[in-house]
Amino acid sequence: MLQTPHVTAGADAPSAFDLDLRVKSNIAVNGEYRMMVLDAPTHLLEQCKAGQFFNILCPQAGGESPYLRRPMSIYGFYPEKNELHFLYKVGGAGTRAMATLGENDSLTVFGPLGTPFTIEDDWKNLVLVARGVGLATLAPLALEAKRLGRRLTAICSARHPDYLMSIDLFEGLGARVIALTDAEGTSTPENLEVVVEKLIADGRADAFYTCGSNRILRLLQKLGEAHGIPGQVALEQQMACGVGMCQCCVRKFNRDDKVVNLRVCREGPVFDMAEAIAW
Amino acid sequence: MVDLTVDIAGLKLKNPIMPASGTFSEELAEVFDLEQLGAHVTKTITRDWRDGNPTPRVCEVNGSMLNSIGIPSKGVGAFLEKVVPFFKRYETPLVVSISGNTADEFATLCQEVSVEGVDAIEVNISCPNIEEDGKAFAIRPSSTFEIMQRLRAASPLPLWAKLTPNTGEVAEVARAAEEGGADALVVSNTILSMAIDIHTRQPRLGNLMGGLSGPALKPIALRMAYQCARAASIPVIGCGGISTAEDVIEYLIAGATAVQVGTATFIHPTAMLTILHDLEAWLAAQGIASVSELIGSVIDGEQDIETSAIAVAQ
Repeated sequence: MLQTPHVTAGADAPSAFDLDLRVKSNIAVNGEYRMMVLDAPTHLLEQCKAGQFFNILCPQAGGESPYLRRPMSIYGFYPEKNELHFLYKVGGAGTRAMATLGENDSLTVFGPLGTPFTIEDDWKNLVLVARGVGLATLAPLALEAKRLGRRLTAICSARHPDYLMSIDLFEGLGARVIALTDAEGTSTPENLEVVVEKLIADGRADAFYTCGSNRILRLLQKLGEAHGIPGQVALEQQMACGVGMCQCCVRKFNRDDKVVNLRVCREGPVFDMAEAIAW
Repeated sequence: MVDLTVDIAGLKLKNPIMPASGTFSEELAEVFDLEQLGAHVTKTITRDWRDGNPTPRVCEVNGSMLNSIGIPSKGVGAFLEKVVPFFKRYETPLVVSISGNTADEFATLCQEVSVEGVDAIEVNISCPNIEEDGKAFAIRPSSTFEIMQRLRAASPLPLWAKLTPNTGEVAEVARAAEEGGADALVVSNTILSMAIDIHTRQPRLGNLMGGLSGPALKPIALRMAYQCARAASIPVIGCGGISTAEDVIEYLIAGATAVQVGTATFIHPTAMLTILHDLEAWLAAQGIASVSELIGSVIDGEQDIETSAIAVAQ
């Protein structure tokens, strides 16, 4: 299972590992998403933090021949049961090839990589707002919030109630879950604003976290600025190396009164919400 | 025990494997011990701040990659303050890659990076030269000779000229670089390419065109390394599409003294170590005592390669 990295004595201890891991399961969660569970060593899982990602070497399978690796957020990491979870939507060549893997197949993953979420000491009431696969990135944050004893509200947005995921996971972690869907007409920015304003009025919003939606990012930036509430956003960008060498995954951010390019793989994928520029 | 050491114009390397510029940085130290490499080659910098090109900056095409990153640079000040000191912790030689829009800017930078801790300078003369309508210095023998003379006068350090495959005058450019003062040739940079999304009808790179790298480039860059090794008398460092020890062996037989591994590191972050390990094992299995025995050992019957190239053209 474990491909020992080439590390010599005297070197700094590595913080990212390229490993061949055994697939424990790889099943459809609903019509759009699949979940991959990998058998992972403890030393790897103990390095993982909420918001980080792995750069995945997708197999040459199912008629697909992806070349570059594909970055994928960690959906869950559980050292106690040696499991690393990924939640993914089958879209391009890489994820189509991943979907072909079955139990006991092998998948090569490189990580954990990137800057994780942080939860400041005075952020007692956290609000997560997730849309679609952005949820995968925020799920480990819910686990960390529970570990730290913070009060958590998870607002989950999806096209249809059938595509709402992880509600059980969030509720199991003691979070209050608010589900909004396009089908029910509850996921509009106007309604989301009402929902978040209520949380602010109730003293349940010390910090915002989001991933996966431009509209949600804009709304939380607006509300955060109006009420002085900080926040963090996990962003995506096409990547190659995943560690900061190739400089391909930059996005623009407002920092120190300038617009600067930052690498999503290295300075991110988690950024200060106030610095992010909606796309 | 196989002797893996090679000599690049007086600079002794413990093995012939090093990264290609732009595919290596301090961050890789978090993955493995960089002391194992033959040399460290930094990403090309320019004197001044550069933002780089619009995204998308890379795309993949049939088992290879196109990129147009655009040399984002924090400038020479930040480089001398942060990057050079970082690599001082290693005994492995540090090779600094530089570029310039004009000959003056290029030469000034060449002088500025000639500091303690830097063992050689890779001069990226494959970049566009704004004084020559954006054509790279290394497209023509005359502009190659002129820029190399300027750079030679600016630094006492070994100069490695990185050549471009986007020229029809490979042997002439190689000789011009040598005559202009280059100590070694890095062969080669990426080849100008393009990809278009048939659904959106938009080019798949923000900069419209970019450089092809990865396995598809290898036969082209190998041919160039061979041509340069035959044309010039300074060492050739092979670069282009190397992802296995067999690729390295092929370059060495063609005439390269060492090699650079680039895009392969994006696919396998420890690719250079795997290649090094496999190279040593292959040499031992073949009963070859020193890697230098391979260099230029191609059995080509001493054919006239200029005639051979013309025959292909016809």
